[in-house]
Amino acid sequence: MESLTEDTQRSAEAYAERAGSRKAFFTDTSICIGCKACEVACKEWNRNPQDGDLEVLGSSYDNTGALGANTWRHVAFVEQDQDRIEKARESGRKLVSLGMPRVGPPAQAGAAAGAQDGTAPPDTAEFRWLMSSDVCKHCTHAGCLDVCPTGALFRTEYGTVKVQEDICNGCGTCVGGCPFGVIERRDEGIIRAKTERAQSKYAQEIPNEGTANKCTFCYDRLVDGQTPACAQTCPTTSIKFGDREDMVESARQRVAELHQQGMTEARLYGANPNDGVGGTGSIFLLLDEPEVYGLPPDPRVPTKDLPRMYQRAVLAAGGMLAAVGVSFVLGGRR
Amino acid sequence: MTTSEHDHHRPPEPPRSGRRGRKAAEGAREIPMVEKPEFSSYYGRAVVKAPPWGDEIGAYLFLGGLAGGSSLLSLGAQLTGSRILQRNARLTALGAVGLGTVALIHDLGRPERFLYMLRTFKITSPMSVGSWVLTSFSTGAGVTAAVEVDRLTGHRLPLGPLRRVLHALEGPAEAQTALLGAPLSSYTGPLLSNTAVPTWNAARDELPFVFVSSAALAASGAALVFTPVRETQPARALAAIAAVGDVVSMKLMKKRMHPVEAEPLKTGGPGTLLKWAERLAVSGAVGAVVFGGHRAPAVASGALMLGASALTRIGILRAGLASARDPRHTIEPQKARLEARRAQGVVHDSITTAG
Repeated sequence: MESLTEDTQRSAEAYAERAGSRKAFFTDTSICIGCKACEVACKEWNRNPQDGDLEVLGSSYDNTGALGANTWRHVAFVEQDQDRIEKARESGRKLVSLGMPRVGPPAQAGAAAGAQDGTAPPDTAEFRWLMSSDVCKHCTHAGCLDVCPTGALFRTEYGTVKVQEDICNGCGTCVGGCPFGVIERRDEGIIRAKTERAQSKYAQEIPNEGTANKCTFCYDRLVDGQTPACAQTCPTTSIKFGDREDMVESARQRVAELHQQGMTEARLYGANPNDGVGGTGSIFLLLDEPEVYGLPPDPRVPTKDLPRMYQRAVLAAGGMLAAVGVSFVLGGRR
Repeated sequence: MTTSEHDHHRPPEPPRSGRRGRKAAEGAREIPMVEKPEFSSYYGRAVVKAPPWGDEIGAYLFLGGLAGGSSLLSLGAQLTGSRILQRNARLTALGAVGLGTVALIHDLGRPERFLYMLRTFKITSPMSVGSWVLTSFSTGAGVTAAVEVDRLTGHRLPLGPLRRVLHALEGPAEAQTALLGAPLSSYTGPLLSNTAVPTWNAARDELPFVFVSSAALAASGAALVFTPVRETQPARALAAIAAVGDVVSMKLMKKRMHPVEAEPLKTGGPGTLLKWAERLAVSGAVGAVVFGGHRAPAVASGALMLGASALTRIGILRAGLASARDPRHTIEPQKARLEARRAQGVVHDSITTAG
């Protein structure tokens, strides 16, 4: 059986007049300063309710925790010592030696060695702080969109994935369908239960309660020709926004640049159209393994295996019919 | 995740007290897990999110299976002329599917929008496919059960001229429920597996078999409880087949998963539930086969089998939810499969690229 996942070719044809203008974020974490302006801009523009009780989580400067129904941008903070920097650099070097597809001049072995003999890039050798602004990936093959039974989740003309809040009935299937743990139902999540939230001294009016919520890619801004709030506000241009091909291109150039400076730990996440989700609409430049930032190392849209799952289900149903048939033959003689 | 060399000058942080602390300990696992070199996560936080499905969904999985299995018993009883078995199976099917639907709607974030489930039909969404199967099944089950109630009450239902229509629809409705009974019991496999929840996703090849076995077990259990022994011979045979299927498919399922994906099925609360589910299934089926000829032991065995099915469903539901909460169940198997592919020289499909 063929793949059941969404036919992106056909989606593109449906929006022929805007075809080829798939929008994307490129989040370059090597120049993120962890100011969280993206989080604030996102909250304000989308009028998202508060998450949690403004408590300190004890995870570096990250008191947001994770993406969720009310948090569509989340800045991760990771503190690392020399050992972990070396490991990250080594794992990045391994990616290159695996012969992965790449653009631009290859990193010279000499450049990597330069890190030890003083010609190193201007980063601290003993300690570093990883900061990365996470967001919905707007996957090419979106698990949430595939499993949505009501059609509330749809592919926009910008190639992004959005929830229609007046259609969603809050079944919660998309929450499990997302390989990145992004989308969430706005009531009870991992953070806290509805009743607990209502008792909070910060209790507030919550719009679209009981429906699934996630980053809309600022659809309301896109239709007006505007840049999404997070990208617009980012003071260091760590969050870049544009056509996807351009974003992939500049991401590849940036990695090549960093590799030449000896920062072999730099790598791309989501730029590969052959990965488990067909590439993402939010590309990241990471400086360590994805799981360090809370990203899955090998995500795979579950729908890819759905044809086989249906086959197994039909087989099982057939087995059940046969079992009942045999039972009546065996039990028929009294 | 602070791993600075100055860490040992810092006194260890006291465990948090009160509600928050307890919640964090059992749920979100805030404890950093950096000491294992092959595995690191972001402050021990979950990578994927568990769907907001409570025990209502577990109850639905059980009740839907019970209804599906009962509709098949009803067809068998029709063909072999076991009137009481057929009547009881039909009433069980409607009762179970009705209660199950209520449980499903109750679990929605916006219950008043439950009809939006039928707004469209999407093959990529097992929830959509299942909604249509459930609705069609329920319609048929409603007709056959109404016919039975009408007969039981001596044609006293205030139906008027509709009585003839109702009774004329009995045959087609019977065929409809029998046709959809098995899919109703097995679609819940893809429903759970077509998610990023590690344990459910890893169970994708065997879960439908576990679920149809559990459904058949529940249906034969209900038949043993409600139906006199002279008509429950087929249900006893089905109990034996279902119990074997249940135990074997569950064992195979656990064996074929990555050990870290199978772990939630073996440990903790869900592990205990599933252990008991197996014990009840085996004792219920043995009881049904050996002592099922007498009414009292038959009822007891049937109750054990119903309990086994309910525990299986809730155990698998909770095991999946637990697997999503701990990042280990997501990251370790994913890293392992990525490494395995790289070792074979497959590097074109990684989400992380060098450039």
